[in-house]
Amino acid sequence: MPSITKPIATHPSLKRNELGLTVRDYEGSMSTLCAGCGHDSITAAITRAFWELSTPPHMIAKLSGIGCSSKTPTYFVGGAHGFNSAHGRMPAIATGAAAANRDLLYIGISGDGDSLSIGLGQLCHAIRRNVRMLYVIENNGVYGLTKGQFSASADVGSKSKRGEANRMGPIDPVKLGLSLGATFIARGFSGDKEQLVPILKAAVAHRGLALVDVISPCVTFNDHEGSTKSYLSTRKHMVRATETDFVPPAPEILAHISPKGTTSVTLHDGSVVRFTRTPADYDPTDRAKVTEFLDKHAATGEILTGLLFLDESSADMHELSNSTEVPMAHIPYETLCPGSAVLDKLQDEYR
Amino acid sequence: MHDVLRVNAARSADVNDFALKLANVNGTGSASANGLLMQAIFRMGIPVTGKNLFPSNIQGLPTWYEIRVNKDGYGARALDYDLMIAMNSQTYARDVGEVRSGGFLLYDSSWPLDPELHRDDITFLGVPLAKMCNETFANPRERILMKNIAYAGSLCAALDIDMGVVGELLEEKFGRKKALLESNHKALKLGYDYARDHFACPLPFHLQKMDANGDKILIDGNTATALGCLYAGATVAAWYPITPATSVMDAFKMFCEEYRRDPDTGKNNFIILQAEDELAAIGMVLGASWNGARAFTSTAGPGISLMNELLGLAYYAEIPAVVIDVQRVGPSTGMPTRTQQGDILECAYASHGDTRHILLFPSNPGECFEFAIRSFDLAERFQTPVMMLSDLDIGMNDWVIPRIKWDDSFRPDRGRVLSAEDLEGAAEYFRYSPEDENHVAARTLPGVDSKGSYFIRGSGHNKLGGYTEIPDEYQEVMDRLKLKHKAAANFVPAPVIQTRAGARFGVLSLGGCDPAVREALDILESRGIPADYLRVRGFPFDTAVEDFLGSHEFNFVVEQNRDAQLKSLLTLETSVPKEKLRSVLVYGGFPLSARHVVNGILNHDDILEQNRN
Repeated sequence: MPSITKPIATHPSLKRNELGLTVRDYEGSMSTLCAGCGHDSITAAITRAFWELSTPPHMIAKLSGIGCSSKTPTYFVGGAHGFNSAHGRMPAIATGAAAANRDLLYIGISGDGDSLSIGLGQLCHAIRRNVRMLYVIENNGVYGLTKGQFSASADVGSKSKRGEANRMGPIDPVKLGLSLGATFIARGFSGDKEQLVPILKAAVAHRGLALVDVISPCVTFNDHEGSTKSYLSTRKHMVRATETDFVPPAPEILAHISPKGTTSVTLHDGSVVRFTRTPADYDPTDRAKVTEFLDKHAATGEILTGLLFLDESSADMHELSNSTEVPMAHIPYETLCPGSAVLDKLQDEYR
Repeated sequence: MHDVLRVNAARSADVNDFALKLANVNGTGSASANGLLMQAIFRMGIPVTGKNLFPSNIQGLPTWYEIRVNKDGYGARALDYDLMIAMNSQTYARDVGEVRSGGFLLYDSSWPLDPELHRDDITFLGVPLAKMCNETFANPRERILMKNIAYAGSLCAALDIDMGVVGELLEEKFGRKKALLESNHKALKLGYDYARDHFACPLPFHLQKMDANGDKILIDGNTATALGCLYAGATVAAWYPITPATSVMDAFKMFCEEYRRDPDTGKNNFIILQAEDELAAIGMVLGASWNGARAFTSTAGPGISLMNELLGLAYYAEIPAVVIDVQRVGPSTGMPTRTQQGDILECAYASHGDTRHILLFPSNPGECFEFAIRSFDLAERFQTPVMMLSDLDIGMNDWVIPRIKWDDSFRPDRGRVLSAEDLEGAAEYFRYSPEDENHVAARTLPGVDSKGSYFIRGSGHNKLGGYTEIPDEYQEVMDRLKLKHKAAANFVPAPVIQTRAGARFGVLSLGGCDPAVREALDILESRGIPADYLRVRGFPFDTAVEDFLGSHEFNFVVEQNRDAQLKSLLTLETSVPKEKLRSVLVYGGFPLSARHVVNGILNHDDILEQNRN
């Protein structure tokens, strides 16, 4: 993907995080996406989230597949290693990377074509393994780089730019995640950064795969009248089902959590997700109830956003595998090789 | 092909030189009886090989096991059977037909033999196996299983297999399961006593203790491969179940559970991921290798087909990856439980666009161990996929090999990787520049230092790693990759060359063909046709391969596929003229025998005659 280097100019008044870094330090190169693309807003939210979390840039690993969305890892956290892989294959590559080094923070950026068509199988199995990563689907219902074909998330009746209506049912990543046992499921809107940033922060802190579906209108191929993933349509139908605060792990803050939120979930690292103003019949920790709630609202045409489901108790891939705490990539060879005496002894069994 | 010029492989029908074939029904427990016989002969110090010719099925289809005993150490598959153990009525006619004239056939005489199957030139040895077992054992399952041990008992008498050794093996196997041990002993004795009382035991060909095996071991290639991966320091393994590669991962898991569990925490110093398919398996290997772990996958041809996509990514983005390909018969599903060398070309150039990979060709379990370790070193040294092409014959059959030695001073070659200290001193870092004498640039690992961060991609990139669509920049990288591949020729295992005085031509081969080719060349020499031999062990080809081709008037290439894939690769990658190469091809799915090779070469009598003049 083409990219343009950004000039580095930091204003002295820019706020610094705990590491002394400004938000500019979490940016990458200049975006080459279309002006107004929803993906750029998501990039800005990711940049903000990592800056606010004071994540050391080199501890982040960015992975993506192929498509407009998958270009974006070059546009944030330039100080992190990035891997722009092959179409639909990011989940497996992220799984392998996470297997090799459990200490890094993995962010996978994908799109609806990348994750719901060519890479649907890999997404499903990454969810099943509960690979610890932030998995963002930048969902615009359309193939942009190949100029406007419907994707698998296009709604029935949604019209293409040429006026053709989609007739096949969509794959909804949120429902998919719920049915596959995903442990963190959220939906955001690229135009609502206020809601998205705390979701992303909670997703980073989550122990397991955090699936974040973000409606991200394609200004060039899917922002016209008749499209159900345009800015206009999303703004009109979007309903914040849950409101969340993300409270980082700091004891003095924890002590001041007010009980006014309907639910608080403590994450593995000690941070807390506080659900506020959620509907009375909503329990974001009860998979069956969340499914029921979503089904109930599906008929209304509303797009429910927020952190919709959270299960912090399930084992992630490394726990399921009984892996050592030390990253596999850091175990010294001397520990790994059983040596000549063992080899000689075990060969006695092959006689 | 000409009418077969029969070769009676130097067999003198006496002591420690014969072949037997056991015809069974799969899923009836014959494998353990057959393995027991093979192991007993091995423990008697006699050179022996076993070939399992089994169906892609769980229960009920014909399966054969061949045991060849040869005091001179020839270990290729025999095609002449001195003794047939015919335990499968479905294949009876065929099995009777395969016994050499003057040979013997042992059958279950609980039922009368179909007179139509009678042959005057062989001796029928009837043992009422089912009858005896039904009388001795109450449990129906046991009756079936013990029939196998009973015929093993008869063979002990007929072939003079040391009963002490057999007893010792049963003790080792069932020591703690007293009831099972007792049943086995009982069944063994049933068969033994019957044969001793009714036949002239031992038969004219039989066994006699030798001391040819020293401290050798009996091991299959997949187990040895797994051991190699263990000793190479692999920590991440990703795979999808597939015959005949599954036992690589089964063995790796077994070894890891034994030797890679932290004694203090009980946690695993390894992670094995059973992927959803081979697309994902290779993806996991790339992710883990990019992130600094030694990672591998094991698969067979159908898996390689799926992995093509990401092998191209690994080649172009320069990510180490180790792929163990235990080849089976293709194309498509082909014959999953039969052997072939049909993936050579596919692996050499796997993926779209201009790609070329490093291949290693082990010929026995010992080399599986050695080359598995070499694969990791080469993958990291050259930052590229390395494929080790084993096959079903090497991978799933037990081979007698010298004990594997390990040098504790061995340390893996992790290739060029910059540490935090290296980066601290560096003014700037680019992923693909500067290159070393092997055209490899240093890589950095995620999580080390922001200064070393880079963005890796399968899309067009320039020598610094930045995105490009500029022709010259693209070509510059592609040209370097070609040079890098070429440089690997000096690092892959060198070919093994065997020369003979007065050699009239050269013979090239690879992998599991080796025992058959070596035996065939001895036979040819004894007939006054000496030939030189080169066994290819790696791709890109060492210069010695080109020299060998050039130094012979003509060369035979012996391989197990229809399309002469090694020959094609030699034609493409060396300057040898096509006319100087002739093929000997055997690709029906069973392991190669010396007779195939001798006949294959003698069939080219046009050039053999020409060369004589």
